[in-house]
Amino acid sequence: MTTATTATTAGPADPAGAPAGGGDGGGPPTGAPTGLAGLGHRLGRRRGWIAPAAVLLILLTLPYSALSIPLLLDGPVNSAGSLQLFALCLLFGGLALSYDLLFGRTGLLSFGHALYIAGGAYGTQLAMSEWGMTLVPAALTVVVLGSVAACLLGAISLRTLALGGVGFAMVTLAFAQAGSIWVQRNPGGLTGGEEGLPLLAEAIPDAFIGVNNTVNLYWLALGYLVLTAAVVWTAAASPAGKVWQAVRDNEQRVSVLGRDPFRHKLGVFVLASALALLGGVVYLVVTAGVTPHASTPEFTLTLLVMVVLGGAGTRWGPVIGGVLFIYLDHRLGALGVSDAVESLPHALSAPLAEPLVVLGILFVLAVYLVPGGLAQAGWRPARRSKRAAAATASGPEAGNTAKGSTR
Amino acid sequence: MSTFVLLTLTGFGLGALYFLIASGLALIFGLMDVLNFAHGAFLTVSAYAAWHTATTVGGVNGLILAVLTGAAVGTVLAVIVERLLIRRLYGRPKEQILVTVGLSLTIPALVQAYWGPDSRPFPVPSALSGTVPVLGANVPVNRFVLIVAAVLVLIGVRLFLDRTRYGLIVRAGVEDRHMVTALGIDVTRAFTLIFALGGALAGLAGVLGGLYFGSLSPHQGTALLIFAFVVVIIGGMHSITGVALSALTVGLVQQYANYYVAGGFGDFAVVILLAVVVLARPTPGRRSPASLLRDLLAPRRAVATTGGQP
Repeated sequence: MTTATTATTAGPADPAGAPAGGGDGGGPPTGAPTGLAGLGHRLGRRRGWIAPAAVLLILLTLPYSALSIPLLLDGPVNSAGSLQLFALCLLFGGLALSYDLLFGRTGLLSFGHALYIAGGAYGTQLAMSEWGMTLVPAALTVVVLGSVAACLLGAISLRTLALGGVGFAMVTLAFAQAGSIWVQRNPGGLTGGEEGLPLLAEAIPDAFIGVNNTVNLYWLALGYLVLTAAVVWTAAASPAGKVWQAVRDNEQRVSVLGRDPFRHKLGVFVLASALALLGGVVYLVVTAGVTPHASTPEFTLTLLVMVVLGGAGTRWGPVIGGVLFIYLDHRLGALGVSDAVESLPHALSAPLAEPLVVLGILFVLAVYLVPGGLAQAGWRPARRSKRAAAATASGPEAGNTAKGSTR
Repeated sequence: MSTFVLLTLTGFGLGALYFLIASGLALIFGLMDVLNFAHGAFLTVSAYAAWHTATTVGGVNGLILAVLTGAAVGTVLAVIVERLLIRRLYGRPKEQILVTVGLSLTIPALVQAYWGPDSRPFPVPSALSGTVPVLGANVPVNRFVLIVAAVLVLIGVRLFLDRTRYGLIVRAGVEDRHMVTALGIDVTRAFTLIFALGGALAGLAGVLGGLYFGSLSPHQGTALLIFAFVVVIIGGMHSITGVALSALTVGLVQQYANYYVAGGFGDFAVVILLAVVVLARPTPGRRSPASLLRDLLAPRRAVATTGGQP
């Protein structure tokens, strides 16, 4: 639980996170804080750590509550089933945050994030079963090796940016697909093919095994989320984070100002990949194994959906999106096979039994109706509309000049 | 030798399939800057519609009808998507990608909900299910169907782009959309047209993909789409002939690698090819390996000449 304590201290000690946060990374360019603005700045700074602390407090008390919420959960809050669901939700909140580092913060549309998640999960499992390592050394080895690989693949993927962001998207997609095919082909009987790999029980601490110990999975997932949030929020508020944001908004200007966009993008890619690798390790433990589904590009697309649903580039958006998506995915799956839906005519009940149909439609609607994501829906509407107006005033023009000069 | 012929011809067939998918993708991207992730979903829906037609009618007539149905369904679906969803998001490429991503998740799930997750056999008429001996190799007939279809599509699209007024508008729009708009031409109509064409090509590819694999499943289109992306990146996004050549290369590389290196290596070979092409391609602001090599050699030569002069 060292991660939790470091994160709680990192939360308040995260000074610039407050102005950039409080909702969004794409906030108005804050000049020197003077007068009223300065007051707001200081207030914002204080508010900046109250919310994470409150959320963390609730999450810390959750496993001790025997509260029963009839429609929303199957059993009491601290039952094994609910805790498993919560652990998965928190894990995906963290994974979505790591993805948002690329998509929301830096504007890099990667379709290869799943490669690193699956790499973390499969790599750890293989390091444990083939090299006889225990969980922690295996995880560390995989994160280090995977980060080196991410550095290499990221450098290749970022070379294609001459095609615009789309080249990057496609090349990361191709790499992820290659990894996915490799996993499904079951080379040398290593990856278990379609079935995936079950978690090697001997190599991991006893605390993570058995239904009675589900609460420890919850703590593990919470620790991962807190660590990821601390890293992402601190990194986004650091000088490098400001450059990432600048790369997102206007890459040309960044290079004109003498910063190397390539190096910054590679840096953020490796950081996000390292977090994803770690997430893969947690995924392996929480789901007690790994299936090829975790390596498919579709897995990355669901992360993208989570981030956009919640609010890309915002402080809480990816977490909200990830938690909500996984929760709905599970509950809709349960609802789809319930009697109420079964009794509907087939034409209606069949799509309802596929959670992805409902979630996909929700997602498409959200792109139109809540463009900033749920984290910004109904949140300071005045400011948002002002920003939207500013964006429409300057957006297309900026886009045109950028495009015109790249051609 | 016969193996080589077989591999080459099946590679052509695979390349033809990739070309059919990638051409629609490249057209849409070239004109509208929309990376259409829903293309694979169009493919899947068309393939299922075609399968339905082919099984009810049967025979070669059934297949011809299925091709028409598939293309029609693809067209209609693409036009609906463009009119209803994409049109509202012009000038916001990221949102356009997101919407198509949403569709690419939703539509296969919907197909799976109605027809089940398992793959189904595609009815191949007996006239097309055999093999033809070519130079000692027994090549499946349906590969030739694909090759002929791809060549026809290539010629058709080239003629459309080069010889018709709409093709002119489309090409001009690819070149400079804002100028075309400024000249008083309704580009949005060209957008719909290109989306419809892309949908029709996706539909055609869906049917022929069913013929090629002999089966169809809800996620087939999405899986094929990734190779189409690779083809489009290698071939460049603004030239249909470039896409055709790159589709051919990818198809051949995949077949050869699958046979000569190891079964299943073909997919990797394609990704390696992609990485090599991406690294070797000169990008603005960065020098290509070739020019780097020239620069490395040039100073030495300069030194040699200056050293030789006095």
